[in-house]
Amino acid sequence: MFVFIIRRMLQMIPVVLGVILVVFLIMQMVPGDPAVLLAGESATKEQVAQLREQLGLNQPLYMQYFEYVKNVATGDLGTSVRSGRPVAEEIFTRLPVTVELAFWSIIVTTVLGLLAGIISATKQYSISDISIMIVALLGVSLPNFWLGLMLILGFAVNFQIFPVSGWGSFMHVVLPAITLGTAGAAIVARMTRSSMLEVISQDYIRTAKAKGVKQTYIVYKHALKNALIPVITVVGLQFGALLGGTVLTESVFAINGLGRLIIDAIRMRDLPVVQGSILVVSILFVIVNMFVDIAYRLLNKRVDLN
Amino acid sequence: MSQSAVQVKGEAKKGVLKRSSKVERWLHVYKQLKKNKMAVVGAWIVAFYFLVALLAPIIAPYDPLQIDLVNKLQGPSWEHWMGTDDKGRDILSRVIYGSQLSLAVGSVSVLIGAVLGVMLGLIAGYYGKLIDTVIMRFIDILLAFPGILLALAIISALGPSLINVMIAVGIFSVPTFARIVRGSMLSEKKKEYVDAIRALGASDFHIIVVHILPNIFSPIIVQGTLRLATAILTAAGLSFLGMGAQPPSPEWGAMLSDGRNFLWTAPHIATFPGLAIAFIVLGLNLFGDGLRDALDPRSKK
Amino acid sequence: MTEQEKILDVKDLKTYFYVDDEEIPAVDGVDFSINKGETLGIVGESGCGKSITSLSVMQLVPNPPGKIVGGEINFKGENLLQKTEDELRKIRGNEISMIFQEPMTSLNPVYTVGEQIAEAIRIHQKKGRKEAFKQAVKMLELVGIPSPEERAKQEPHQLSGGMRQRVVIAMALACNPELLIADEPTTALDVTIQAQILDLLKELQKEFNSAIMFITHDLGVVADTCDKVVVMYAGKVVEHTDVDSLFESPKHPYTRGLLNSIPRIDEDQEELEAIDGNVPSPTNRPKGCAFAPRCPFAQEICHEKTPDLEEVDQVKARCWIYTDQWQGENPIEEGGEVANVGS
Repeated sequence: MFVFIIRRMLQMIPVVLGVILVVFLIMQMVPGDPAVLLAGESATKEQVAQLREQLGLNQPLYMQYFEYVKNVATGDLGTSVRSGRPVAEEIFTRLPVTVELAFWSIIVTTVLGLLAGIISATKQYSISDISIMIVALLGVSLPNFWLGLMLILGFAVNFQIFPVSGWGSFMHVVLPAITLGTAGAAIVARMTRSSMLEVISQDYIRTAKAKGVKQTYIVYKHALKNALIPVITVVGLQFGALLGGTVLTESVFAINGLGRLIIDAIRMRDLPVVQGSILVVSILFVIVNMFVDIAYRLLNKRVDLN
Repeated sequence: MSQSAVQVKGEAKKGVLKRSSKVERWLHVYKQLKKNKMAVVGAWIVAFYFLVALLAPIIAPYDPLQIDLVNKLQGPSWEHWMGTDDKGRDILSRVIYGSQLSLAVGSVSVLIGAVLGVMLGLIAGYYGKLIDTVIMRFIDILLAFPGILLALAIISALGPSLINVMIAVGIFSVPTFARIVRGSMLSEKKKEYVDAIRALGASDFHIIVVHILPNIFSPIIVQGTLRLATAILTAAGLSFLGMGAQPPSPEWGAMLSDGRNFLWTAPHIATFPGLAIAFIVLGLNLFGDGLRDALDPRSKK
Repeated sequence: MTEQEKILDVKDLKTYFYVDDEEIPAVDGVDFSINKGETLGIVGESGCGKSITSLSVMQLVPNPPGKIVGGEINFKGENLLQKTEDELRKIRGNEISMIFQEPMTSLNPVYTVGEQIAEAIRIHQKKGRKEAFKQAVKMLELVGIPSPEERAKQEPHQLSGGMRQRVVIAMALACNPELLIADEPTTALDVTIQAQILDLLKELQKEFNSAIMFITHDLGVVADTCDKVVVMYAGKVVEHTDVDSLFESPKHPYTRGLLNSIPRIDEDQEELEAIDGNVPSPTNRPKGCAFAPRCPFAQEICHEKTPDLEEVDQVKARCWIYTDQWQGENPIEEGGEVANVGS
């Protein structure tokens, strides 16, 4: 197991390097000369040339990439064009907000999704099963930014239970977390249901029944632990969609997180900030994926055998 | 002459036989699909949207861009079924015209994603070894970008526009297609007929495109349908963020973005475009799920 | 045979399945009984309903699509079909327990085998976790697992197939059941391990004095382990006999066919004969005797009416040959060698 964790951590390195490469290449697609863009319209030719020298833009592409990787590794993500502050600093003042939002949303996704999925599976074809599956189907189809607006309309405008926007208290978290977590909850519910149904038809569940185990124990002790194994992977994937979704949710609820920083930076053409933020969120996702894999491995020991 | 004629005839016969068995297969799929009530509902929803998009100029009661400041911010009424927006434009007409944009953007980006993804998947699966490793690592890296961030990164470089949204969402769809096609290719290339054709001296390109591709088409179609739902959702999201369609374009996401400023006074502006997105995505999901069950009985219990 | 001796008495058991609006009579009026401490073999080809019969006794038939639609299952004089789920739960794994065919999948992969055995003990004997686990280790020792203490802490995937089946047996015997149902317990195992497991079962039966209901398609196993035998065909009992009569004078043509199709060491056989044709599908059973289409002796009446299970020389058989309706001579020689069935 220890060997597996070490190996899995080492596997992250090429992925992270690849992510940096892709971000780096995408930024190469920016039309126009970055030195001209940075120096501004009024700069003289000499000034532009000096800037190009300074930024290493006259070096071959692969050298620029190595330089960039080196900078990223040392925590230097460049300087914001707009504010003049280091990009890393801008990101890390915003990151905690986004992480908190993502945390509560993944709680909504897993808790709601698992509960709904279990109820659905144990009462297959009942009214509650059918209604849960219809709601889940809607949950997958609703655009989350629209759901956010509708929640604001319902619970912040019509019934003034929650604040319309902003961040700070627990009340601020509720609507954004529901907005961001619903689609994932729907997917987790569908996955949990099919996984539970599959497990319930397994031989070892019959063995447990033959032993005289109570129905509730059969569901929560014997079936659930096995059914969770494939669900973990789905939750991990949903976490990615969720991190991406923070961009929309933060925009809807005017939350000053990383997502909003990205959008503002794109609007202002503050490319170092865009580049840095996307990199940081992606690396966060790569790390989360590693933990998901390890959790999967811990629960599913049978993998060892094969 | 006679021998070659016989041969040609034989080939032609084979062709006909093959075709009729194919027709039968699709007929079977159609029958399976018809039995699945949810899939039928989905198909009707999708057909309805395409019809609306096609007939937009005929059925839309107003010009979607016609500003009428006298009648701005009106709620739903007999004149304006979905009300009017902050510039007095008829929301129903805008939603109707919006279906053209959303379906076009969705379809084009899925097409981009499918073409690139299928190509990568075919090559990786067919040649295996180093080529496979390189391509699939690249796909893994694309998948390491959470959700729509890859699309956002591309748009940040290319600049906000509907065209760039198509490219970005297209690239966002590449990994799904590549993975599915590679998987099908791996199982398909082991089959005997591939060896037989290769023994006849067919080129790799011929084998892949003429013989294998048609046999792995069904998972591609299923994925295409489901991806179209995601693409429409993503494209609308990007337009909502101001990264795609620009005002006064009647794009659903952009309309929603307009509507958020009037959530207090005229909530209908944001409500209807959202419903329009939700229903087409629902329809595509239902239809796609049904298609998968009909084409691949194994995926069902 | 008095009623007191009977531990299990199944009468006219009917278990049907309902698939796509179709009624499938998997078990169609089965009668048999088992006495205390006795081993009853239930024999038949796959699809004859023997496994469904065993699941019906435990009331573990998957529902839907399956349902017990009629009959009685009397266990120690009480009809199990009239018991509530709670009452049944107290019987399952305690008074009646079951060993399944597939040792590879019968154990829960995420719990240690010790825990899984201890669970039965905790449920039925109301013992604490530690005490139950200790007893589980003892059970593992009893079923011949070396270093049982370490094994008890392992998960199923760390054990071989034969070991797992021993674990399943330990689990089934943990509460000293009066009736043990073994559904092809050795089919999935290697031949050498098969023999070990059978010996183990016989030994344990002596020790615990349980009655065993042994489901198998292997007549060799029957000869080795059983006292009485029920032969099933197409959801019905065609012969209910003791093991000696089964091999010496099989009554039903189907039983004869089965015996002719196995190799025997004690007799010189020129060739083995398979029974022609297949078991009819449960959705499309022939009118009359279900075996008639494959039966070398079948007469007109066999294709028209189903015979009853009737007493013939102290055993029971379901065949027209033993009735007044039969035309001509009895084609099956009494008590002698197995007639050459077939051509």
